[in-house]
Amino acid sequence: MLRVISQAAFLAALVAVGAVLYANLVRNLRQLGIPLGFEFLGLEAAFAIGEAAIPYQPSDTYARAFLVGVVNTLRVAGVGIVLATVLGVLAGIGRLSGNWLIRQITAAYVEIVRNTPLLLQLFVWAFVVFGRLPTPQRAIHLGGNVYLSNRGVVLPWPEPAEGFAVWAAAALAGLAAAIWVYRRLLWIKLESGRGTRPGLAALALLAAGLAAGWVLAPAPPFVISTPVLAGFNFQGGAGLTIQFSALVTGLVVYTGAFIAEVVRGGIQSVDRGQFEAAAALGLRPALVMRLVVLPQALRVIIPPLTNQYLNLIKNSSLAVAIGFEDAFFVARTVFNQTGKTFETVAVIMATYLTFSLITSLLMNLYNRSVQLVER
Amino acid sequence: MTVTAVRWLRDNLFTTWYNALLTVLGLAVTWAVGSRVVRWALAGADWQVVVNNLTLLAVGAYPRDQLWRVWASVLVVTGLIGASWRLWSRPGLETHRAGQAPDRPPESTLGRRVLVVAWLLAVPLITVLIHGDGAVLSTVRTDRWGGLLLTLMLAVVGIAASFPFGVVLALGRSSALPVVRAVSTAYIELFRGVPLVTVLFSTQILLTLFLPEGLRPDRVLRAMAGLVLFSAAYVAETVRGGLQSVPRGQIEAAHALGLSNLQTTTLIVLPQALRAVIPALVGQFISLFKDTALVAIVGLHDLLGIANSVLANPNYLGRYAELYVFVAMVYWIFSYSMSHASRRLERRLGVGGR
Repeated sequence: MLRVISQAAFLAALVAVGAVLYANLVRNLRQLGIPLGFEFLGLEAAFAIGEAAIPYQPSDTYARAFLVGVVNTLRVAGVGIVLATVLGVLAGIGRLSGNWLIRQITAAYVEIVRNTPLLLQLFVWAFVVFGRLPTPQRAIHLGGNVYLSNRGVVLPWPEPAEGFAVWAAAALAGLAAAIWVYRRLLWIKLESGRGTRPGLAALALLAAGLAAGWVLAPAPPFVISTPVLAGFNFQGGAGLTIQFSALVTGLVVYTGAFIAEVVRGGIQSVDRGQFEAAAALGLRPALVMRLVVLPQALRVIIPPLTNQYLNLIKNSSLAVAIGFEDAFFVARTVFNQTGKTFETVAVIMATYLTFSLITSLLMNLYNRSVQLVER
Repeated sequence: MTVTAVRWLRDNLFTTWYNALLTVLGLAVTWAVGSRVVRWALAGADWQVVVNNLTLLAVGAYPRDQLWRVWASVLVVTGLIGASWRLWSRPGLETHRAGQAPDRPPESTLGRRVLVVAWLLAVPLITVLIHGDGAVLSTVRTDRWGGLLLTLMLAVVGIAASFPFGVVLALGRSSALPVVRAVSTAYIELFRGVPLVTVLFSTQILLTLFLPEGLRPDRVLRAMAGLVLFSAAYVAETVRGGLQSVPRGQIEAAHALGLSNLQTTTLIVLPQALRAVIPALVGQFISLFKDTALVAIVGLHDLLGIANSVLANPNYLGRYAELYVFVAMVYWIFSYSMSHASRRLERRLGVGGR
């Protein structure tokens, strides 16, 4: 009985506070002359977005502008998560390397990056590193038609042409066959101890698939678009803007240092005896890592790694400080134009909560698949 | 000597051919980066931008004739750090517990208690010292605070206020009452699911709208509110970890002794839970310290914000590298020494070692 009463009292107090706050909000907004409501999302945005991955023009609605921002956030987060994982795993293994110099270099990287604010690092990438690049006319030529200038990075990009569908089908078939054969041969190797060279066989199959697609396709599958200097900027090829490059570099370097610590902790959590037992069974160092250590380390790594992915997605909102038009940047512009405080905040919060929830969900599913199955 | 050196080189740098390759590659990269940085720092860089703006970077627009108050606060804090260092780096209770003969009289736990109380008193004392009470000390409004002073005040006030709030939330989330649990969980998950910069932005534009007329906190207070709301959710999750680490038997034993629920929580569960999570809370504080840099985005002049406004001065146009390197070093020194101290503390408390 006491439980029910105390909970009812708690709820009543909460509702009372909420009601007072809401009354304040309504009164303050009425004084400002801004009614509550989401109708403004259908109005014309009338501001330009420099970097839109989906078609957008100023005459589109606020809702559309916001969608452009969300797509930009997803681009940064997707690229960032992949690259940060690669960098983090390499640095994490580097911190446990038998090589003294590699250990020192990776330790210096992790300690410098982890102990300074991300925002400061983003400023350094945007204004000191990328901001000081020469104009497109004097672009730094990295070889192979890749140019670096203060307009961003441009590189040649294969654009799908007529024969693309046939080629892609053959390549996918090759990939599927390669994966199946690799697993099968590795299994035979582990069961019988015969050297079956699974890696080599898989690679050969993949190459065969790619080549077959090229031969079978009625027309060339790609047209390579190369960047050419035209006037003040490059034409053709694929380009990444300075803002995008600086943001992704900053997020990758920062999150990579945290992932490195997660990976290091995970590998160190595997009992030393496991390494020794695997080696005693005659497994090579690479196989010891792949078959014995990593599956056990992953169980420890996945939950904190998920946190790092979530942090990367949330940290991508710092794009606003270096002028990349992500979800938060666009929302802030919308707020500045419409003065819709409560609605803008609600939209931003709902967006990032959705990102976080989906990421957690996917990583939890993956986590379940690597956890120890106990009876 | 030479034999051991050669041996060390072989064992640590040239064990296999790919290790040798990595070593050579690492040396090349280190040399390329290191020599350039050293040449730039000694010859290329113009450090005037830092030298001329040191006071600005330290305290922002704090009245120059009141600077002694900042110095006094620094003195209090360094004194406390020194005293803590002395007390905690001596063998105390731990060695006796391990069964060794005490080679000197046990440091009185009284000294430590006094110190803890002094630390707790230091926060309000310094706040009053910096802000003024309007009578003896003239009031320095928060919008005059700036630079490193503002960064540190945001971090200290942020953690001091979010700690009790976080503990309450953690207790709420582990409560047996479903309504309390649901509300606490919703709060924690909401604030952990959104970026800090959106929370800061929201408190800047929304807070005044939710408050009655006449209550109009300034930008710094609104930023503090954002930091506290955000940080409390993270503190709560850390503390909850500590609560879960307290064995169930402790609670049952307390009940058997006739302690009420409230007494059990405050006298039995919380002390053990908090002790277990002290290192994690220090980590929380370090990340809050770094996160305060985000207030620069909502227009405050903290250490990073003031650096950006110095860069807007035509005299120092383009001096990004010098200023950012200096600011990064300040942040680094604070963060690194705090994490170093926390690792020592962890070892002293023997958390995880028992």
